[in-house]
Amino acid sequence: MEILRYDLVILGSGLAGLRAGIQAALTSKGKIRIAVLSKIHAMRSHSVAAEGGIAGVLYPEVTGDSFDAHAYDTIKGSDFLADQDAVELFVKLAPEELRFLDHLGVPWSRTPDGRIAQRLFGGMSIPRTAFAADKTGFFIMSTLYDNILRFDNVDIYHDHMATSFLMENGVFKGFTVLDLKEGTLKVFLAKAAIIASGGAARIYGFTTVSYAVTGDGAAMAYRAGIPVKDMEFIQFHPTGVVPAGVLITEAARGEGGYLINKDGERFMARYAPQRMEVAPRDIVARAIIREIMEGRGFIHEESGLGYVYLDLRHLGEEKINTRLPFIRELAKKLVNVDPVYEPIPVRPTAHYTMGGIHTDTYGHVMFDAKNYVPNLWAAGEAAAVSIHGANRLGSNSLAECSVYGRLTGEAAAKYALEASSSMLELSSSLEEAVKREEKRIFDELFKTETNAEDPYQIRGELWRTMDTYVYVFRDEKGLMEAGRIIRDLKNKYKRIRVDDRSRKYNMNLREAIELGNMLDVAEIVIVSALARTESRGAHYRLDYPKRDDVNWLKHTLAYYTPEGPRLDYIPVRITRWKPEERKY
Amino acid sequence: MSEKTSGAVSKLQLSTPEISPKTVSKLITLKVKRYDPDAGRYKLSIYRISVTRFDTVLDALLKVVRDQDHTLSVRYSCRMGICGSCAMMINGVPRLACMTNAISLGDVIEIEPLKNFPPVKDLFVDMDQMFRKHRSVKPWLIRRDEEEQFTAKKEYLQKPEEVDAYRLFSTCIKCGACMAACPTVASNPDFLGPMVLAQAYRWSADSRDEGAHIRFDIVDNPNGVFGCHFAGACSAVCPKNSDPALAIQLLRKSILRGKR
Repeated sequence: MEILRYDLVILGSGLAGLRAGIQAALTSKGKIRIAVLSKIHAMRSHSVAAEGGIAGVLYPEVTGDSFDAHAYDTIKGSDFLADQDAVELFVKLAPEELRFLDHLGVPWSRTPDGRIAQRLFGGMSIPRTAFAADKTGFFIMSTLYDNILRFDNVDIYHDHMATSFLMENGVFKGFTVLDLKEGTLKVFLAKAAIIASGGAARIYGFTTVSYAVTGDGAAMAYRAGIPVKDMEFIQFHPTGVVPAGVLITEAARGEGGYLINKDGERFMARYAPQRMEVAPRDIVARAIIREIMEGRGFIHEESGLGYVYLDLRHLGEEKINTRLPFIRELAKKLVNVDPVYEPIPVRPTAHYTMGGIHTDTYGHVMFDAKNYVPNLWAAGEAAAVSIHGANRLGSNSLAECSVYGRLTGEAAAKYALEASSSMLELSSSLEEAVKREEKRIFDELFKTETNAEDPYQIRGELWRTMDTYVYVFRDEKGLMEAGRIIRDLKNKYKRIRVDDRSRKYNMNLREAIELGNMLDVAEIVIVSALARTESRGAHYRLDYPKRDDVNWLKHTLAYYTPEGPRLDYIPVRITRWKPEERKY
Repeated sequence: MSEKTSGAVSKLQLSTPEISPKTVSKLITLKVKRYDPDAGRYKLSIYRISVTRFDTVLDALLKVVRDQDHTLSVRYSCRMGICGSCAMMINGVPRLACMTNAISLGDVIEIEPLKNFPPVKDLFVDMDQMFRKHRSVKPWLIRRDEEEQFTAKKEYLQKPEEVDAYRLFSTCIKCGACMAACPTVASNPDFLGPMVLAQAYRWSADSRDEGAHIRFDIVDNPNGVFGCHFAGACSAVCPKNSDPALAIQLLRKSILRGKR
């Protein structure tokens, strides 16, 4: 058993993880050893797929924008479930982050005089979304990855997948990690750690996210006794290309694109007469499904999926080529549609996990309303601070990753600088935990039983269940059925078989481990959604169609028990903006 | 907006594409040359698989993994041509499997691991050496005053035409397709290769950067920019049309003209 010791271990190499690594390296001035773990190649994390942009108040003196305006838009967008102190901190730091990223070399789209260009995004009252064409996430990721290579005290571990948290007496000790290339289990011990492992939207089949976005961080934290917050709030991006589910950026509408139904109507006039296509995502997603449901959509012949059209033709070829070149490339290659000449078939697609590991305003992980895990932080989509509440505004996620990567990187580095190296000892009880994990992976998952279950069948069933019952519209009956199916799948999972017996790059084994994480997360989503008998943001209950501030202006915390998630609730922190009706 | 209760959830929601009974499909043959790390050699697996009109080569491989052979290891992630995971030899050409339509390739598709990289298992190759070479050319924004760089008070102004000087080369996804196509990489493992040289140029051509002379010293040798024979294969196969061959030409020109 190889044991590696680091002052700071960062789980995940997306935008939040790499930004945290850079900040920790700067804050510690090279005095601490930092490891960044990625279960894939570090530069390939799913932040690369973010398209439209990153929000921040850059030029208030020119645009009339303000921190208060960004905060209010975010809070209203969240359907008043965001913690307002966190939002206020976030909007103040966001422009600093945009400038920091500029100083690392992001190839922004620019105004003629050389400033960073900004575009309109859903739910934002003013164009405040900085962008680099329509591959903003890719360009920021690429820039962060290239720049983290400058630090000699940062080690990047590609193809290293954490399988469990090691905890002792309420303190985080490290991870068990599967080295996928060699097929061996390693132990990473850390004085401090940051969970930046991304979201969980791969619990759905029709989704924008990569196959790697399997909620590993949330599932491992949950099993280690750390609560995950607000998991019922899954964002469905209005425009996933049919049939692949791949993202067509909101910037397509921000730049002026129309949503059109079968009758050629811009149907958003019925749902958000003022903001039309650039209303927040929860509202546009519901409008599209409503149109399809009421017979005003199209039906995709091969997949049977209902859809509407995203029409960019009136933008013209030049604008599409300069502002939305990737969308043109994707539409041509994936569905043989050139958006210069034809509209793109789209429908809502699972996109983002508003919920995540429970933290305080600064990304510090907590057990409940009061008690901290002293040496553990979480950042980006893996965390629920909560900036986004019940519905995230487009382009706030990249900003959150950067802001919270910085904040947690700085805090964790300071903690690690002060911490004693006795923290890096492996006690006998931890050694036992490591042995149990080794047994779970190499004995239990590999063992062959008669009637063993096929993990890919289970995954297919999981996807169908989530796509059907836990989608844009939900009700008690459907959620009960989903819960029953998931519990059945979890039982089947105990008897799964891994056919590939080889050690090196055993994708079958990796996907079996990911499936266990997805099933845990899916169960949390369903149980949390069933309990919340109201409609707020992305969580819409047909049987409870109104927001209920009296009973539900609170965050859900889900705790692990062997019988399934136990729910608890904590209040929303409200500073200056009282909940009001949401109109667009 | 009014969103009244109407209809059961199960009626509103539609299923995932993969289970639709309406799917129109065609049978094709996948010939996969895969590396067996235990035996230390390649073997051939042949699969018959049905694909629909929009299925990519990656979709076809994942159907094989799901329905026929759980042991086939494929590196993949975003399936939208931006993460760079799934570059492989498809009918002899390095391409991204997720951006290559399957049906249009005909009845038989031959797949191999990416060339010029050490094989590890099946279609997985080892990219560590490429990543080390990449790091060796200092692919980050170099400023004389690092203190100022990391405490950004204002952005560096950059005119659109200044962005145009390097924008093309910043679209590289590090998938390795160009390295697999390069005849010089094939014959000289120490040659930095098109991906790495293009990135050396990308950062040096950025008006915010002050480190071109440092990178030029690193690549000004036969394993660097002067190892390139301008076969142009790199640009021909680049899935992002990032044109590494042009970057190498511009890099060489900058060095020869002593523009440091």
